[in-house]
Amino acid sequence: MTVAVVGASETTDLGRIPDLSQTQLHADAAFNALADAGLTVKDIDGIATAGASPVDLTHYLGLEPRWIDGTSVGGCSFLIHVRHAVAALEAGFCETVLITHGESGRSGVGRGGGGGGAASFASQFEVPYGPMGPTTLFGIGVLRYMKQYGMTHEQLASVAVAQREWAGMNPRAMYRDPITVDDVLASRVIAYPFHLLECCLVTDGGGALILTKAERAKDFPQPPVYVLGTGESVESPMISQMKDLTSSRNFRIAGRDAMHAAGISHDDVDHVMIYDAFAHLPIYGLEDLGFVGRGEAGPFFEEGHTRPGGKLPVNTNGGGLSYTHTGMYGMFALQESVRQVRGQAPAQVDNVNVSLCLGVGGMFAAGACIVFGKEMP
Amino acid sequence: MSKEGLRPRYAPTPTPETAHFWEGTKQRKLLLQRCMDNGNVYFPPRARDPASGSANIEIFEASGKAKLISYTINHRQHPSFETPYAIAIVQLEEGPMMMTNIVECEQTPDALVLDMPLEVTYEDVSDTITVPLFKPAGASS
Repeated sequence: MTVAVVGASETTDLGRIPDLSQTQLHADAAFNALADAGLTVKDIDGIATAGASPVDLTHYLGLEPRWIDGTSVGGCSFLIHVRHAVAALEAGFCETVLITHGESGRSGVGRGGGGGGAASFASQFEVPYGPMGPTTLFGIGVLRYMKQYGMTHEQLASVAVAQREWAGMNPRAMYRDPITVDDVLASRVIAYPFHLLECCLVTDGGGALILTKAERAKDFPQPPVYVLGTGESVESPMISQMKDLTSSRNFRIAGRDAMHAAGISHDDVDHVMIYDAFAHLPIYGLEDLGFVGRGEAGPFFEEGHTRPGGKLPVNTNGGGLSYTHTGMYGMFALQESVRQVRGQAPAQVDNVNVSLCLGVGGMFAAGACIVFGKEMP
Repeated sequence: MSKEGLRPRYAPTPTPETAHFWEGTKQRKLLLQRCMDNGNVYFPPRARDPASGSANIEIFEASGKAKLISYTINHRQHPSFETPYAIAIVQLEEGPMMMTNIVECEQTPDALVLDMPLEVTYEDVSDTITVPLFKPAGASS
């Protein structure tokens, strides 16, 4: 192994620290370790933590990570982070990893700041204003996007229409009847500008994947699907604090890294899955991945380029809008990419050699991208 | 103030790094932080500037002027709000974005015009917590 520890420090104080929140303890330790290493936050491109979310630390410290690890399995989590960091550094996923711990175990100040706790930033600076989950928050930037790029309500609705057409070819899809743009716009307003048919389903279900080394992959009964490239990032636990409400930094970083690692250009991609909790996600996704220019995704969907027979098939299982959406839909996007590369999808696209799968976590809080291929890299 | 039949809105729990902000709103002041090394103004409050990592920061009172950046209008019932109501993101004159509600304004797409100028107002939620809200600039009260 070729990885070393170059900075290490504890919090400034230990014992009773009632004047620092739990997140501040993470941050205090982090800045002490950075000083010990002679580095600044700008030098960190990998973040691992437990007891808090890597999203919270990323936003709090002002990081822009390319690799994260939130493995949280108890007190040994930080040892596991070290091991995962070794693999990530050796793989070239990132250059400099920060691993933090902070716990207000005695004073209990700001405990639970890593999730929906009362002291979290989201609880302090978003919850008072009446958000009711993703339906009210995930699309909060879309009106700004529409003003900036001139996207119409009809173009947004056309995402749902295209995906329903794919779902109609898939016996396992929950909704299969064809719909029109008018149907979408006539459906009940859930949170303006989003109508019911622009919001994902709520279902039960699950999925699983098994991976092994490529050299063994041909010994199994199914055709192998190779991982060609990967990317990941996190930005902010609050959608109101996104750097740009019309674009996801996570999508841009994860997509860039995944395509770079795969050594592919956009023309090499035969099939795309973009996590669609709401109809604007495939629009942000296609632009952030660079398949179309800024403001071009709305017309791209409206013109039918992602539909069956279109030049860039997107969300061919019907997506979260029509196929299924359990809550953490990313597994189903991966499953459809695998089926398409194997040539086993209900709505099979011809000659899929490369499939790109883009996922979101939280409300643009996290993003990840996997490029799959039929040929061993 | 809570409206008839509605529960008061959620009252945040301040933490050491945010206590000054909530002390400020209680006194009808919107307090922000500025990095003294690079001038960056940021929100929510943290002990160090997230742009530079610097701890050389000052707290100052914002102008209270803002503009409407984006929003959704929620149509589902909420125990503390009359529906439909807008959940908005505004940009303060000093730069930072902030989630809030727009009051003294119809909660419709026609009335809520992006980039409209706003000014801060306040609502007492509890004895200790006052939240900043925004209203169209120049609106009465």
